[in-house]
Amino acid sequence: MTDPDVPVTEAELHAYVDGELAADRRPAVEAWLAEHPDDMARVTAWRALADAIRARYGAVATEPVPARLSLRQIERAGRSWRGWAAAATVAAFLLGGAAGWGAHAFTERSASAAARSTAEAVDAYKLYVVEVRHPVEVPGSEEAHLTQWLSRRVGYELRIPDLSPVGLKLVGGRLLPGPRGAAAFFMYEGQSGERFTLYSTRAGGPDSALRYNDDGKVGALYWADGDVAYVVNGEANRERLHKVAESVYAQIERSPGR
Amino acid sequence: MRTCRDERVSGFRSDVEAAIPALRRYARALTRDAETADDLVQDTLVRALRSEHLFHGGDVRSWLYTILTNLNRNRLRSLARRPVMTVIDDDDAPDMSGPEAGSRDIERALASLVEDQRAALLLVVLEGLTYREVAEVQGVPVGTVMSRLARARAQIKAFLDGERPALRRVK
Repeated sequence: MTDPDVPVTEAELHAYVDGELAADRRPAVEAWLAEHPDDMARVTAWRALADAIRARYGAVATEPVPARLSLRQIERAGRSWRGWAAAATVAAFLLGGAAGWGAHAFTERSASAAARSTAEAVDAYKLYVVEVRHPVEVPGSEEAHLTQWLSRRVGYELRIPDLSPVGLKLVGGRLLPGPRGAAAFFMYEGQSGERFTLYSTRAGGPDSALRYNDDGKVGALYWADGDVAYVVNGEANRERLHKVAESVYAQIERSPGR
Repeated sequence: MRTCRDERVSGFRSDVEAAIPALRRYARALTRDAETADDLVQDTLVRALRSEHLFHGGDVRSWLYTILTNLNRNRLRSLARRPVMTVIDDDDAPDMSGPEAGSRDIERALASLVEDQRAALLLVVLEGLTYREVAEVQGVPVGTVMSRLARARAQIKAFLDGERPALRRVK
């Protein structure tokens, strides 16, 4: 690439303007520009564009920061923002862009806790979702009883999310053995008979943002908040599963006592 | 254990705090609206503080740019889902042409870009990120960042030359 006779590419012109060009290639590019007025005009225009953008927006960074953006203010507002932040976490996850950060940031401890809970939840989903006559122990019509009973068994206050906004009706729930004691398991059904389940148990690891995985058939979304882990399962339709999880997440975040 | 964690947390906090002015600048250029931009920065900070446990080292600034870029993309996506009334100003040619175009033209030129191209261009020329850092923020290979930059510059040139904006291409 250091041969001055190698023709200069457009990519190199951009790299030159952006200060990304290798130093040993710079003389060749400059020599090229001296002989190619069209390219020189482009380089000049790109520089002028960068200058114009900086001239237009550069001063924003020297403006005083509004009070609502001070970290103290944001921390103080923290509790009422929780619901929002949950949605944002879901949102960022939906886009996938932040997933890389989340993924590499996981400690082994949280990874194994997440993996175990997810595996248990997937097994329960596979076992019960095909069940026609006895998918649940307590039907959704006895929701108050179901909540009370399962809350007592798992040892923390459960709240059964209302998923009618995403087109799902509560079928009911059951008690399951979990990796760290009891687990609560709720089943929901959509209009075309598709089933989703919500699994909750003690997390055994730190807080965690949403983690998605699927085996091509069953999709799972795991997250942990405080000492409680949640797994939402359904068919491996990422988009739909996200909508369901988002709804669950928002309602659990808003519930009192957690 | 406790003090070690506290030190790390306060380092994280001050790094986040130091990035706020630059985040505001980036958000302002990205959205071209002061109110929307600060909303976006606020949302980014809320999420950063909440998700601090997901941040294990690396460059806090890049991480914040990543969150903000994603939140904005999501904002645009949900806007797109909602039916909105827009004024179609087809013959809304720039008042001036050439590189000395006024600030309003810069805003409109940026508005003529596809979101990913706009973000790539701004991260490089306004925020001074390297191609590699932008690639990390956008979660794409460096080559994709370079082609986004090239398309952004070509599109803006076409816009400033007063041509009708080329048909927007996805990605």
